[in-house]
Amino acid sequence: MPIHLLDRRILFVTGKGGVGKSSVSLALGLLAARRGRRTIVAEVSSHEHLQRAFGHDGRRFEEVELGPGLFTISIDPEHAMEEYLRVKAGPIGQVLGHTRLFQALTMATPGMRELLTVGKIWELAQPERRTRDGVPYDLVIADAPSTGHGIGLIRAPRTFAEIARMGPIHHQGSTIAKTLADREFTAIAAVCTPEEMPVNETVALHEELVGYGLDLDAVAVNACYAERFADAELPVLTGALAGAELPRTRAALRAALSERARADVQAQQLDRLEQVLPGKLIRLPFLFAPAIGPAQLDALADALEDQLA
Amino acid sequence: MNIPELLDGKRVCVCAGSGGVGKTTTSAVIALGMAALGARVAVVTIDPARRLANALGLAELENEPRRVAPERLAANGLEVTGELWAMMLDPKQTFDELIDRLAPSPARAEEIKQNRVFRELSTAVAGSQEFTAISKLYELAEEGDFDLLVLDTPPSRNALDFLEAPRRLNSFLEGRALRAFLRPTGIGLRAIGLGAGPLLGGLRRLTGIDLVAELTTFFGLLGDMTGDFSDRARRVEALLHSDSTAFLLVTSAQSEPIDEAIWFRRTLEGGGFPFAGVVINRFHHDQNGQPEAPADGDLQRVLADALGTDLAARVHGNFEDFHVLAQRDAANVERLRAELGSEPVLLVPHLDDDVHDLAGLLRVHRYLFASDAERARLIAESVA
Repeated sequence: MPIHLLDRRILFVTGKGGVGKSSVSLALGLLAARRGRRTIVAEVSSHEHLQRAFGHDGRRFEEVELGPGLFTISIDPEHAMEEYLRVKAGPIGQVLGHTRLFQALTMATPGMRELLTVGKIWELAQPERRTRDGVPYDLVIADAPSTGHGIGLIRAPRTFAEIARMGPIHHQGSTIAKTLADREFTAIAAVCTPEEMPVNETVALHEELVGYGLDLDAVAVNACYAERFADAELPVLTGALAGAELPRTRAALRAALSERARADVQAQQLDRLEQVLPGKLIRLPFLFAPAIGPAQLDALADALEDQLA
Repeated sequence: MNIPELLDGKRVCVCAGSGGVGKTTTSAVIALGMAALGARVAVVTIDPARRLANALGLAELENEPRRVAPERLAANGLEVTGELWAMMLDPKQTFDELIDRLAPSPARAEEIKQNRVFRELSTAVAGSQEFTAISKLYELAEEGDFDLLVLDTPPSRNALDFLEAPRRLNSFLEGRALRAFLRPTGIGLRAIGLGAGPLLGGLRRLTGIDLVAELTTFFGLLGDMTGDFSDRARRVEALLHSDSTAFLLVTSAQSEPIDEAIWFRRTLEGGGFPFAGVVINRFHHDQNGQPEAPADGDLQRVLADALGTDLAARVHGNFEDFHVLAQRDAANVERLRAELGSEPVLLVPHLDDDVHDLAGLLRVHRYLFASDAERARLIAESVA
């Protein structure tokens, strides 16, 4: 059954490091853009992986067009704060934003970086943008740096609404918290690989979100091996290896047996995940490529196409 | 080169690297192997796979090292002549204990721990894991009960967070910038030529007044303790820069982790940290490179003879696919080596099984603790 994921305004993509979260975020963006939704992939961190995959560099904190209907931005808390102050407090805000002491204060306040970041994501998703010349997006995909950080982002608005019991932060925090809790507006997806630790982390993330009154809408399981070799073929391969003498023949047969062993391990992990999150898994193929470039992202988007409503 | 040679004379080994590259596994293997050789070793780990924790006999989140029963290790064929201790870090509890230690009275400690800013600081905030991990490492080093401490750094995308996050948190706790703000007549404000009025007004506009009050209370409670935080931060830095500390970079051979590793190494060098070497996990050794091998057409024919055309084609396609990964890995490792000086690179091959139990650790152990010749033999065996 196809999963609904791209029909919201904000999509948080989170997961453990090293599972291909940025690639999956971009592929989701590609697919949404193909379907005619003006989409921006917001990378939350000071790295430029996304733009590099498309051969862009520089201009990190601006909205950069990657392709038809697909944009990207790198969100940086300092930059988001300056922008927020400009919008909220006009010229005095601008002066404040450039004051080092003021920057030190806001950046040192626990959770403030997360709040500013999620505030910017929220701003991008508004039908009427707050920033000058801002064109609205149909979909904002937030690529969060790690599971812990992703949770931090999602929690920050509510925390601040509680700490600042009144005033603009309270107001802003409550508004954003409400938006994030609205499942018609915001979706949360996890990316993992079918391995022990990423699956553990996804299950823990799911539990944490549920405890927080939220839920995972989908889990993209990345780098799944194809089922190349059937059970009945295993003894054939093993027998052939026993009889093979040329090193390269032996190597080819060993590689086949390795692939099958790894696919088995993956299948166990997929089962485990399916039990906790039935009907929410999206399977993405392992890509045998030297690096992730436009062709690989297209392949991922194709795989998503079949599985997403 | 192997781990024992690399850690000769070292008392602290920090395993750093970006997320998902096998830091936890590598840390556990290093601790295990060094204990087997006779040292009293403690590994401080963060959120390991539950099965790995079970394998080591760790209850979840215990904040003191606990000895791993030698029988567990012996049952898997590893005789340990030293002692292996392990702990799983609980950031919240570590933070609480730090306050208990530094607060002038238990009552004050309790007040701080109840403070909302502190609660937020010690749990939700990115960086609290890093801060408490380093803090715990420092305490264990001070206590001096172990020959070697192995630290598994917290999971993050960016390896550098490990060094930066504690500094950020420390500067918050030292609170110099903040105090200047929170005292209405603070000299900090006058020094930059702005009256307190507009700045605090702006602050209020941005934050809501309660937050300022909350922060003021928090720093009021910390009182003189901030000096202790600064002092401690200095000693922690000294430990990390010490000759008896070794930073080990852990990475996989994929492009991004290698980029990160290159960048991290430069930062370590720039910061004067003692960098010892690199462990590359999940390396795909080239299985298709033997020059004496039959030409490609021949391979397909030989396979087809044994397997039939259909299965042979799939075996061949699979072989080609993994060859692409092997070439990628080799190129990335070359790129990394070009950046390194004399520091060694230890390769652990991509194993057929997920490593999350004791048997898995021992499979990795063979590669990290073998001599160069022994390792080459193991790899040749697994490849052809």
